[in-house]
Amino acid sequence: MKPALLIEGLSIRLPAGADRALAVEAVDLELPAGRTLCVVGESGSGKSMVANAVMGLLPRPQVAPVAGRILFEGRDLLALPEREWRRVRGCRIGMVFQEPMTSLNPVMRIGEQIGEVLDAHQPLPRAERRARIVGALGDVGLPDPATLIDSFPFRLSGGQRQRVMIAAALVLEPTLLIADEPTTALDVTTQAQILALMRDLQRRKGMSMLFITHDFGVVADIADEVAVMQRGRVVERGAARQLLNHPQHAYTQALIAAIPHGRTRASQAAGRPLLQVSGLCKTFRSGGGLFRRPREVPAAQAVDLHVDAGETLGVVGESGSGKSTLGRLLTGLIAADAGHIRFDGQELAADLRRRPRADRAAIQMVFQDPYASLNPRHVVGAAIAAGPIEQGMARAQALALARELLGRVGLDPEAADRYPHEFSGGQRQRIAIARALATRPRLIVADEPVSALDVSVQAQVLALFEQVRREFGLSLVFITHDLRVAAQMCDRLAVMKGGRIVETGDTATLLASPQHPYTRELLAAAPHFHSALEAAGA
Amino acid sequence: MTLNSDFLRRFRRNRGAVAGLVALLMVGLVALLAPWLAAHDPWAMVGQPFLPPGQAPGLPLGSDALGRDVAAGLVHGARVSLLIALVATAVSLLLGITVGALAGYHGGWVDAGLMRFTELFQAVPGFALAIVVVAIFQPTLVSIVGAIALVSWPSVARLVRSEFLSLRQREFVAAAQLAGQGSLTIIFRQILPNAVSPIVVMGSLMVASSILMESGLSFLGLGDPNQMTWGYMVGAARTALRQAWWIAVFPGLAIALTVLALNLVGEGLSDGLNTRLGGRAR
Amino acid sequence: MDKLRFAGRRLLQGLAALLLIAVVNSLLVRAAPGDPAMVLAGEAGAADEAYMQQLRERFDLDRPLPQQLLTYLGQLARGDLGQSSRQQAPVLDLILERLPATLLLTGTAFVLALAAGVALGVWASTRVGTWQDSLISLFATLFYATPLYWLALIAVLVFSVWLPWLPGFGFETVGGGHTGLARVIDIGRHLLLPALVLAMFFMAIYARMTRAAMPEVASQDFVKTARAKGLPPGRILRAHVLRNALLPVVTLAGLQAGAMVGGAVLIETVFAWPGIGRLLFDALGQRDYALLLGTFLVTAALAIAFNVITDLVYTVVDPRIELS
Repeated sequence: MKPALLIEGLSIRLPAGADRALAVEAVDLELPAGRTLCVVGESGSGKSMVANAVMGLLPRPQVAPVAGRILFEGRDLLALPEREWRRVRGCRIGMVFQEPMTSLNPVMRIGEQIGEVLDAHQPLPRAERRARIVGALGDVGLPDPATLIDSFPFRLSGGQRQRVMIAAALVLEPTLLIADEPTTALDVTTQAQILALMRDLQRRKGMSMLFITHDFGVVADIADEVAVMQRGRVVERGAARQLLNHPQHAYTQALIAAIPHGRTRASQAAGRPLLQVSGLCKTFRSGGGLFRRPREVPAAQAVDLHVDAGETLGVVGESGSGKSTLGRLLTGLIAADAGHIRFDGQELAADLRRRPRADRAAIQMVFQDPYASLNPRHVVGAAIAAGPIEQGMARAQALALARELLGRVGLDPEAADRYPHEFSGGQRQRIAIARALATRPRLIVADEPVSALDVSVQAQVLALFEQVRREFGLSLVFITHDLRVAAQMCDRLAVMKGGRIVETGDTATLLASPQHPYTRELLAAAPHFHSALEAAGA
Repeated sequence: MTLNSDFLRRFRRNRGAVAGLVALLMVGLVALLAPWLAAHDPWAMVGQPFLPPGQAPGLPLGSDALGRDVAAGLVHGARVSLLIALVATAVSLLLGITVGALAGYHGGWVDAGLMRFTELFQAVPGFALAIVVVAIFQPTLVSIVGAIALVSWPSVARLVRSEFLSLRQREFVAAAQLAGQGSLTIIFRQILPNAVSPIVVMGSLMVASSILMESGLSFLGLGDPNQMTWGYMVGAARTALRQAWWIAVFPGLAIALTVLALNLVGEGLSDGLNTRLGGRAR
Repeated sequence: MDKLRFAGRRLLQGLAALLLIAVVNSLLVRAAPGDPAMVLAGEAGAADEAYMQQLRERFDLDRPLPQQLLTYLGQLARGDLGQSSRQQAPVLDLILERLPATLLLTGTAFVLALAAGVALGVWASTRVGTWQDSLISLFATLFYATPLYWLALIAVLVFSVWLPWLPGFGFETVGGGHTGLARVIDIGRHLLLPALVLAMFFMAIYARMTRAAMPEVASQDFVKTARAKGLPPGRILRAHVLRNALLPVVTLAGLQAGAMVGGAVLIETVFAWPGIGRLLFDALGQRDYALLLGTFLVTAALAIAFNVITDLVYTVVDPRIELS
């Protein structure tokens, strides 16, 4: 049977001055009809470029295909004139993108954004057009399509907007759907729903799907065929089950090895309680005025938890659960409205600025965004030395300490004189860890420290956290949305939802037999690479 | 350091900016050397009135209604205009940065209060307010500078406030707080260095608009009566437009040239400092 | 419903601003060097001691400051803006007489600047790097740097003196006796040059802003989605790019309203256009401070009104506004 999509020897060039000449080099891909091909790779692998090339959305002329063919429905897409390509886009091939929050026109109604696809390819009389739009919205599981048609995107959540995008891509029943990381920007539970939806639609409509992703868990879930890309080349491809269980190429093996295995570690012997939090509350008020009631968001409601000396507590939840706020409440960056924080037996002020100097040094933080957590105008050494200097250390001594710490986290001590923009994301996180260690803290709060990093880099930074924890005798509060990471790193877990802690417990026990329905939902939704493979019957 | 050479490279690429810089330096030089460059005192009546340019020796740009040297007026006018514009801009920046930084850093009701105050000033037609202020306090160098500064500081405050608001949210500020740095230290050492670029660009554009405003005031007769300014020259030429077009044209060209040069330099600075990327050197 | 509440709030804000300006207005007089009564009386009235005494009583100048303010505000509420010393007529009447002319001028200039500026900006953005684009950028840069009053003078020189195509001053031909349509055309001919000159400066700003905003919007994600739908490029440009690029331009136009009213002062002076800008200039020359302050208050009100209207138009254009 003829493949739905056949790519032969595709090469795409980059403009002069990029880090390599070809974004994509001699790529061969084959998507059998009615199946799903997942193209996996890290950032910079060129996987999105391939998807854009198929749709003809490359930013020409700087980035353009220089060799190869893309065969679809008997034609080479690369040889098509732009007008012909427009007829294919949206009609024969649909595409869904990564960022649902910015991928819809903010000032155009939902119904219009779907209707314009019809208008461009298959103009219909008004009543029928409206019926088609309502049908498309219902197809993707959106409630009350008749009202939704007249709504604007800002009323919808991320998951709902993604559904709208899918509806617009599929309204004309294309034979091929290209999805470029469609679930990466979504919550775990929403991810699972969207994936299920896409699988369901594919089956019902007999579509072929080209799915770009970096997440092997997703691949294990939905792929029939897999292609692994590294720096513009396809290093390995084949049937999913075969490739995932017995990867041949070294790079594929390394990637799969880097996936957080989700195996819980042996629990550390608990020391005495270091941090005790009781009844912590915080409500955010915004947008008050002369004639308006302020909007209230309860970010933390009666939170109780404790961290023992030497242990790692994981705080797990989705976006909006309040876990990041909790991290800032613990460190005092945000002052709690009510509740108590006791550190090493002493009561701590809610506001960081009212805490005694010694206590400020004792609790430090590592942040999520490696690009925003270092001041672009300061050299790295100065950033690390800032804390000790404020504590009273002499400048020269503090800088020497900074160099030593850089060495401890695996970087060249001479890096202290360089600026943040000269480092990669993973290296910046190492620098951030060095900074957090500089004041000799007892407790470090890590707020999603690896979420913004590539999988292979993630594994390295997590290993660094483990190493540092042991060497410096730290306690950690590890905030994350990724259950696998939490399982691997944490002795105990606290699950948060809507500002409340719904369940706490020893990691192994909690994951094996979750008590709270939300915990169960979270566990079920997480794309588990290894368990998915097992479930598929390796 | 790499940051500086990157800036120079980007600035140099913008040919308009380089041309503007050259022109600006020339104007500055003229202003500085005015007493020696001008052949006559601008208020002195040295020839027949309404002499066209090039007709009389020593009067390359002709003479005005009272027989005064137009070229001398231009040269001295450069001094006054640049002086007033620079001082007014400096005062505006000082006021605007203070208000904007406080509002943007503290947020909450401090921000709300300061912003209402700023918006009030912005709602008023700036030029009209300047006219009224200068008229009531009588035209002197001080009142003119004061009026221009009064009208210009709100846009600086808004810019600085929005920069501070966004920079305040960045994690490196939180890290500085955890390190134990106080508010003032954070404002000056952490946030301000990152906000400098758009402020510099705005500064150069403000000098340009100050020149326009000052000349507009002079045109209406609200200039300092002891100073021969470009605006005054254009204003004086109104009634004699038919017979002596050059009295109005040359001063206006001088203003346009200087303002253009400043705008071009401002754009060059904007490109060079990469301000469109929000001050992030990536 | 939210939109109505927003509109109400905005109107109240405008009124509050106006109130504060009135207060500042009266404070200015008291802050000026010398005797406030003399300031209010101006050169003409200062000689007459009886008149000065009248003024003192009228404005409670001998009473404490808060009471003066209240008196002033009370007078304002009744529409009493004082008496012009030179022209011996109520300030309000003089202003109302001239207001329509200014509204005509600034209204026309506003619409012209916005429409032509956006059109030029869009056109330039579709031809990036070509000579047309460079030309438009050049003109925009030049007009942005040229002083408004000088441009007006040059316009009069070129189009009225050297090439007698258009009248260079006035509202309509004096003694022309036109009526009906002929009158409208006559006024139009007189309006063309001043409105055009006033519009030029702002046209340059809007053209540049539109030209910069278009590619910025075009690089956003939702435009990529639109292209992936296979929509014709015209539709993408209009419904997706322009529709979003207009938002900051409209906001800017509202903010610039104050500058435009201020510019009207210069234009009306040069073109002898009988509006309140001209009135302001005359009051200046005659040291008629009561008239000056009254006119200032009205110009401020005009600018605020423009501002509020633009904000309201903006809520129609951007559906997200209620969330701000």
